[in-house]
Amino acid sequence: MRLAPSLGGPFREANWGDRALHILTLGFALSIFALTALIALALYRNSILSIEKFGLRFLWGTTWDPVFEQFGALPFLFGTLVSSGIALLIAFPLGLGVAIFLSELAPRWLSDPIAFLIELLAAVPSVVYGLIGIFVLVPWVRDDLTPVLKKTLGFLPIFSGPSYGVGMLTAGILLAVMVVPFITSLSREVLMAVPASQREAALALGATRWETTRMAVVPYARSGVMGSMFLALARALGETMAVTMVIGNRPEIAASLFAPGYSMAAVIANEFTEATYDLYLHALVEIGLVLFAVTIVVNALARLLILAVARKSAEVQV
Amino acid sequence: MVRKRILSQAVLRMLFFVLAAASMLLPQAAPAQTLVNGAGATFPYPIYSKWFDEYYKLHPNAQINYQSIGSGGGIRQISELTVDFGATDAPMTDEQLSKAKTAIFHLPTVLGGVVPIYNIPGLSAELKFTAKALSGIFMGTIRKWNDPEIAGVNPGIALPGNDIVVVHRSDGSGTTYCWTDYLSKVSPAWRAQVGRSTSVNWPVGLGAKGNEGVSGLVKQTPNAIGYVELIYATSINIPYGTVQNSSGNFVKASLESVTAAAAGAAKNMPPDFRVSITNSPGKNAYPISTFTWLLVPQQFTDATKGKILVDFLKWMLGEGQRYAAGLGYAPLPPEVIEMEKQTIARIRY
Repeated sequence: MRLAPSLGGPFREANWGDRALHILTLGFALSIFALTALIALALYRNSILSIEKFGLRFLWGTTWDPVFEQFGALPFLFGTLVSSGIALLIAFPLGLGVAIFLSELAPRWLSDPIAFLIELLAAVPSVVYGLIGIFVLVPWVRDDLTPVLKKTLGFLPIFSGPSYGVGMLTAGILLAVMVVPFITSLSREVLMAVPASQREAALALGATRWETTRMAVVPYARSGVMGSMFLALARALGETMAVTMVIGNRPEIAASLFAPGYSMAAVIANEFTEATYDLYLHALVEIGLVLFAVTIVVNALARLLILAVARKSAEVQV
Repeated sequence: MVRKRILSQAVLRMLFFVLAAASMLLPQAAPAQTLVNGAGATFPYPIYSKWFDEYYKLHPNAQINYQSIGSGGGIRQISELTVDFGATDAPMTDEQLSKAKTAIFHLPTVLGGVVPIYNIPGLSAELKFTAKALSGIFMGTIRKWNDPEIAGVNPGIALPGNDIVVVHRSDGSGTTYCWTDYLSKVSPAWRAQVGRSTSVNWPVGLGAKGNEGVSGLVKQTPNAIGYVELIYATSINIPYGTVQNSSGNFVKASLESVTAAAAGAAKNMPPDFRVSITNSPGKNAYPISTFTWLLVPQQFTDATKGKILVDFLKWMLGEGQRYAAGLGYAPLPPEVIEMEKQTIARIRY
């Protein structure tokens, strides 16, 4: 009993150093709660005029008119969710594929430099991605991608109408490029942490390389891979600069992905400096509050999903 | 042991040098200097920083500090008196003035113009635009380049039958205020449905950030039209169209034609200078022109600051105006300068 006093909990017979450390780190941890609560409070207090005037209507209002003082967030909410959704749809298979190649198939001399380059990509400032978007992606989407999509999938309403190059699809593709590094580098770490015994067991049963990866490695790392996806989603939701440079900045809900759209972060960045009256300013801050709520909801869903997946994979291993 | 001592001596010596160098970098006792703080519009920032710089060279004891945080921020800060003066591209409304903590004067400093730019593949001619054409295009009622309203005043130019792509500013801006103010004056439909502001609910078009964003998108998108500040258009040397003014002449924007617009408006200038000079009378007046204003409290609580700012304003109206053209801003016409001097004389400190 006397041998390991710290095993009985931080306070039982702990010395003063341990106790101080415990209280200090507890304080740090609690400050995260305080910070989140303060952000929510600050956003709420600075959007009170708009909340009182529009109420819940703010969430499904589709008009954004600073002249006639009508503010509705739906087109921005739609734009943020759709562009991030497109981004994830493209980036998740791509990012996971790269991660699987790097951790399972690639020789060391190839996987190390690629992993390094991917981490480098994550460090490129978003305004640079925005510029690449304007100069490379926008003309490419307008002149090359749109005709192909229209010819093959033009019967779908999401690929109808004129394309100006800037628009929801372009924003989604650019966001995908921006979040792939997150998915890849995190997933790669997780996949590499899968014990070699998992692979050896599958191989010993006569599985091929692909079967091993699909049945023994990826399921084992499932919760970590999911985590990387949600981190990527959170980043896509909050991305401002690159999105506003290519999305077309039109607060409109259109069926076509070629049509211009707008995102929540982009409208705040665009209009904040010249918001000349209080209600306008409060409406913009309320957009920030909605964005904050969306990120919290998305993160909560992510936690639940990861928990569910973890439970399931635990059953599999039993 | 010996070696260790030598090493520690070296470290001490290095420390000494570092400290000596640091003490040299520390600020010396400064002469009594007054700092006047201002904030607001981004459009006049280049000329303001030039002015404050030149003025500081003449008066080393008066430093005027300006932050270009946007007109909205400038109005808010001077209303709360968190700065000594503000600046804006759009005049304050009566409501804003009544809410401000102090009475505020609007003082025009320089002028700017906004010009239509376009990109029609294979066309290099300078296009003429009537007021009806511009309002129709931005309203979405004129959809094709070969519409009679455009083609009628551009004889001999082969306009394509393609759809027009409208590009506007996505960020709130004084440029947008000037443009929509003009459209509100020439089109009753625009005034009723869209109105004038630093950001509006655009009936059609794509949004791009900043002058550079709009011109970039126009250049890239076939059959696009957009609007940028005159200064920006001349600095990057892109062609822009002429606009028909209230006398019926098609005028190309230039420093002279913008100043002419202010001179044309001078006859009906209200004493508080809160006036829009878009579509103003005058044979050579460019119709999409605007003042940019400094917002100065009528009564300064700090006498030293008030004295400095009044002295600066007088200098700005005289010698200062000569710097305007070099930076691409149209200088104030003499009529307006005379009127402003009377207002400045009413500032109390």
